[in-house]
Amino acid sequence: MAQQMTGAKMVVQALKDQGVEVVFGYPGGAVLPIYDEIFQQNDIRHILVRHEQGATHAAEGYARSTGKPGVVLVTSGPGATNAVTGITDALMDSIPLVVLTGQVPTFMIGSDAFQEADTVGITRPCTKHNWLVKETNELSSTIHEAFHVATSGRPGPVLVDIPKDVQFANGTYIGPEKADLGHYQPRVKGDAAIIEALVEEIETAARPIFYTGGGVINSGDKATELLRELAEATGFPVTSTLMGLGAYPASGKGWLGMLGMHGLYEANLAMHGCDLMLNIGARFDDRITGDIPQFSPGSKKAHIDIDPSSINKVIHADFPIIGDVANVLEDVLRIWKARGSKTNKAGIEAWWKQIAEWKAIRCLDYKPSEKTIKPQHALTRLQELTKDHPNRYITTEVGQHQMWAAQYLGFDAPNRWMTSGGLGTMGYGFPASIGVQIAHPDALVINVAGEASWLMNMQEMGTASQYRLPVKQFIMNNERLGMVRQWQELLHGERYSHSWSESLPDFVKLAEAFGFKGIQVSDPADLDEAIMEMIKHDGPVLMDCLVEKHENCLPMIPSGQPHNKMLLGNESTADAIGTSGAVLV
Amino acid sequence: MAALKLKKGSNKHSAYNLRDPNAEVIETHTLAVVVDNEAGVLARVIGLFSGRGYNIDSLTVAEIDHLGHRSRITIVTTGTPQVIEQIKAQLGRMVPVYQVHDLTVDATSVERELALFKVTGTGNDRIEALRLAEIFRANVVDSTLESFVFEMTGTSEKIDAFAELMNPLGLIEIARTGVAALARGTV
Repeated sequence: MAQQMTGAKMVVQALKDQGVEVVFGYPGGAVLPIYDEIFQQNDIRHILVRHEQGATHAAEGYARSTGKPGVVLVTSGPGATNAVTGITDALMDSIPLVVLTGQVPTFMIGSDAFQEADTVGITRPCTKHNWLVKETNELSSTIHEAFHVATSGRPGPVLVDIPKDVQFANGTYIGPEKADLGHYQPRVKGDAAIIEALVEEIETAARPIFYTGGGVINSGDKATELLRELAEATGFPVTSTLMGLGAYPASGKGWLGMLGMHGLYEANLAMHGCDLMLNIGARFDDRITGDIPQFSPGSKKAHIDIDPSSINKVIHADFPIIGDVANVLEDVLRIWKARGSKTNKAGIEAWWKQIAEWKAIRCLDYKPSEKTIKPQHALTRLQELTKDHPNRYITTEVGQHQMWAAQYLGFDAPNRWMTSGGLGTMGYGFPASIGVQIAHPDALVINVAGEASWLMNMQEMGTASQYRLPVKQFIMNNERLGMVRQWQELLHGERYSHSWSESLPDFVKLAEAFGFKGIQVSDPADLDEAIMEMIKHDGPVLMDCLVEKHENCLPMIPSGQPHNKMLLGNESTADAIGTSGAVLV
Repeated sequence: MAALKLKKGSNKHSAYNLRDPNAEVIETHTLAVVVDNEAGVLARVIGLFSGRGYNIDSLTVAEIDHLGHRSRITIVTTGTPQVIEQIKAQLGRMVPVYQVHDLTVDATSVERELALFKVTGTGNDRIEALRLAEIFRANVVDSTLESFVFEMTGTSEKIDAFAELMNPLGLIEIARTGVAALARGTV
């Protein structure tokens, strides 16, 4: 199907052939020919955002909630540089994005032309790969290769920079089946000998734990099913990173809750005390490990990851398995079953007894209040009132509210939880909720937010209104940059340097100005009613939930401390972080 | 287990410990990286090293297969064994990279570097420079009444040694290509 067409038409044709249904974008001079083609067709829906960063986060929300790549279209120069934060966010969290940027015409590149930026130079370290296309004849195959790279192996963002003259010129279109996809073919099958050796350990381990991450979700539904099967069959406890929530159900009997800096006491203590750690698709991030030399000192560690550079980067793996999670888990299950499905039953029973003692600490308990809404209470009620919704998706901004959401909300399915983990991008949640709602028009999509984060991309209210997206913005307003405030309390002598939100808008009036429904609630007695009003409203809602201003997010592993030195809610926080921990973030 | 080289029951679980420069020896490795000869590929490789704080002692790059659009980048780098492993893994996962050969580990290898030396002087110094050049098998590729340009190919150590000897004899400029390396034998 070699056809002659303009570069601009090729872009749209290539997207159609890749099965793209939605593009998030913002027009400008260097992408006008592509926008002209978008205007003349109805197969691909274009969502006009209000800022290019919003386009990238919306595409991330779309990608994470569907498992399909998100597509972004922006112009040259500022269009591309505005997209950089979202692209970096996608790289850190391994989210497949295909970002198409306009560029000044090839004959003007390097002349400091109007709206020229070295886009491939700027985005080289924050994409998985990027391309500057200088020939129209190479455009279609480059776009097909871009989709291949974004979605193969460890997913990530890619960028194709398309000069305006390449868009105008005619060339030969090549379909995805004929395109040269290059030589990028990551290995998906794990080493059989190491898997066999790991199965031996699974049979004898007395204190095992599954430590699962976003890689399980990225691997797909089959990986989730296999993880659940293996966890049920072995009876091993399961904890997960922030990225991996939902792969194993929060209602499952092996579930310990999230681990890490603000993870649950039982999850962190189990990680510290285990004798066999099965890391599946997680990367020993510093939020997880705490003090590395003291990290889980007595365990053998298996690490399943599709990215060879994740293995032995931070923590030495005794069983390094490079491969796709679903592929490797299938082998593990098959070999384990073939050898008789053995486990160390007595050991595991004692292990669960130990875990029950840790659970009895009730690390998520907090001091309730009848006067002010405690943020933990707000999320407990939100969970209670939405958990039975058949189609609930949660996004978050970044900060205390994000950690509380991870602690108090439960996820029974993958792809239902969208949050900025690696980069920690304030302003992620609102545009991400828009992307999720576009992908799932009938779903209940809630962005759990803090007021400061939310304001960072509040311009996207226009997008939500324009496309009548009934996204629910659940802002827990403490008039503070809560996490910054907490660290200043713990580390900087309670000198709260610039960590309060001055001159906040009247959120109810702001909501009305953009065609949202605005709700404000401050009395715990009115909370349930307000949440129900938010859920039932057929349209976008901005909920201003005024919460306790000085609540700290606990439990917490103070910086520079190991897992077994957690700070609990009822303990003094004075001098919790030592001098060596203070330099860490 | 032994065949897999797994350290059973080892308490050294933190790869982070291996990064402590006092805890482990710093090794020098020569890596040969075969890449697509596409725009920006060198910037990508160098950006990886600078962005992640790895060392580059020497870097050589040229196209080796015109029809196949392939280039070979030879990098001499230093680091703890764990850092060297990370560098190889990080290079290996890059989209335009075909192969990463660790010529220090995978096989014994031959390493050569070419250098040009400009030595100025008259009288005895000039005669001595020429005599030493013969001993080192350096060629004279340019000559005036007051200067020589010597060309020499050899290991980096040999070039260092020659430069040291030329220094008091009027060495004013050196150009070095960086290391090119190949594994010995049929591999």
